[in-house]
Amino acid sequence: MQNRKHKNKAVILRQLRENIIERFFQVNGLFAVIVLVGIFSLLLIEGLPALQSLGLKEFFLNRIWDPTSFERESYGLLSMIVSTLMVTLGAMVIAVPLGILCAAYIADIAKPRVREIIKPVIEILAGIPSVVIGFMGIIVVGPMLAKIFGTSNGLNAMNGSILLAVMSLPTIISISEDAILAVPQEFKNASLALGATRWQTLVRVTIPAAMSGIIASVMLGMGRAIGETMTVLMATGNAPAMPGGFFDSVRTMTATIAIELGETVQGGIHYKSLFVIGFVLFLMTFVVNLVSDVVLQKYQKVSR
Amino acid sequence: MKKLIAVLFLVTVITGTVVAQDFMQIKGSDTLINLVQRLAEVYMEENPNIAIAVTGGGSGVGIASLIADRVQIANASREMKDKEKDAAKENGVIPYEIVVGIDGLSVVVNAANGVESLTVDQIGRIFRGEISNWKDVGGSDMPISLYGRQANSGTYAFFQEFVLLKKDYSQKMKRMNGNAQIIEGVLADKAAIGYVGIGYVYDDNHEVREGLTVLKVAKEAGATPVTPLVAENVKSGSYPIARALYQYVNGKPTGAVKDFITFELGPKGQKIVEEMSFYPVSGPYLEQNKKAGF
Repeated sequence: MQNRKHKNKAVILRQLRENIIERFFQVNGLFAVIVLVGIFSLLLIEGLPALQSLGLKEFFLNRIWDPTSFERESYGLLSMIVSTLMVTLGAMVIAVPLGILCAAYIADIAKPRVREIIKPVIEILAGIPSVVIGFMGIIVVGPMLAKIFGTSNGLNAMNGSILLAVMSLPTIISISEDAILAVPQEFKNASLALGATRWQTLVRVTIPAAMSGIIASVMLGMGRAIGETMTVLMATGNAPAMPGGFFDSVRTMTATIAIELGETVQGGIHYKSLFVIGFVLFLMTFVVNLVSDVVLQKYQKVSR
Repeated sequence: MKKLIAVLFLVTVITGTVVAQDFMQIKGSDTLINLVQRLAEVYMEENPNIAIAVTGGGSGVGIASLIADRVQIANASREMKDKEKDAAKENGVIPYEIVVGIDGLSVVVNAANGVESLTVDQIGRIFRGEISNWKDVGGSDMPISLYGRQANSGTYAFFQEFVLLKKDYSQKMKRMNGNAQIIEGVLADKAAIGYVGIGYVYDDNHEVREGLTVLKVAKEAGATPVTPLVAENVKSGSYPIARALYQYVNGKPTGAVKDFITFELGPKGQKIVEEMSFYPVSGPYLEQNKKAGF
């Protein structure tokens, strides 16, 4: 009897411990969600008063952003949204083909020894601080662009795109490479056995089979590019005018927040409208992630 | 045990000295940062028991920090705005204004440009975007590329008030991070025009940087254009866009803060102001400083 009681106690204790451990893991798992919801609500709470007092029209139809003007304080987000999209898409146009080709080369073509050199080099590229890349933009890429295209300076959207492409390349390459490596050898063997050349196998079998991973890598790279601040702040000239092309100076949403947050009166309308920018930026990255998720799932279904 | 006591003793001595040391934080204007840093270095050599940290961020940032009572001194290249004075009062901060030097705010172009002088009105119209080609002000036919500062800068605000006459800057003006970045931009860009504190147009040998032209500025059309590079022009006020460089403190300065400002305004401090290519305090500003107790 005594013995049995003891046993029960031990069982209960063990269950309790299991429960506690389970909860612990659950809290850790939920942590990211809690942080995300926290950020979302903070942006909303801080930004909402500005939206209410100035109106959606001011933010989304006005083309001018100039909150410290003596004449008329303007809070138009359009030009900086366009600037952010321009710089990001420009970066993707450069980085996606380069990244996928590089990943295919490393995963499928390169000899093991070459691979062992290239892979760590790409990882080092990922570790270069954005300030350093921005600095390169000012002293190397800018003057080069000015010379090639005959403009008087190189502080423009093109410069930002090139730098962001460099910054998102490591993400795109390493995740794409994993995806290409994960394609079963049988697929390739079957293709080769049917008489396809190595090139045909790579382009028509291996890469399409790895497409879900490649798309994920592009989306992650894009997320990095949209949110990058320091590099674009340094290299794009920060002119708030609506850009007319890739050779105009642009000021992105991130740069605007970084430049202006320090000097605004806390709680003022200017301060709150910076949170509106943050909120819109948050929504944009959210949509990018959502789209990538949907595309990924569709693709996985088709390939199954 | 003896060792332990020795270590403890050492720790108390070290922390004791750190606590006894006066620590002063100065923040603000990018135009003033090099000057005040130099002043602080020399001052600290003479007063090793006082530590001073000087950081930048722009006049707006410095004043915002003073309002929040996070710094002892705010550097500003413009006067405090009424809005800021109100915010300070609300926070229980009473700002005292001291003029530490005079700046001949310099309008610079690339030397390859050829234009040597402009009127204040022309400069204003250029930065408002109303004149957008160099041929309209006597230069060659190329679109003007504008280099200015960001809204947190006192130079941005001063220039907007007194040269643009409170009108908006052109949206096409590139918003650079600091004086040094504007100089780099103008040196690399043949069609550039920018504005900087005069301390930034010189190289280490106190000569105007190669490839840079500091424009002569005329008060109005027909008036003689005047260069800010000659001290007399700025002191006498014949250079039209001279300005005072300010420091703001909370309450009538006392203790180390007072001692440091006395040093800045004394002969040694004012000599450093000149060495850093700004101009010493003179004329009515001396009277103004007297009001703050100096």
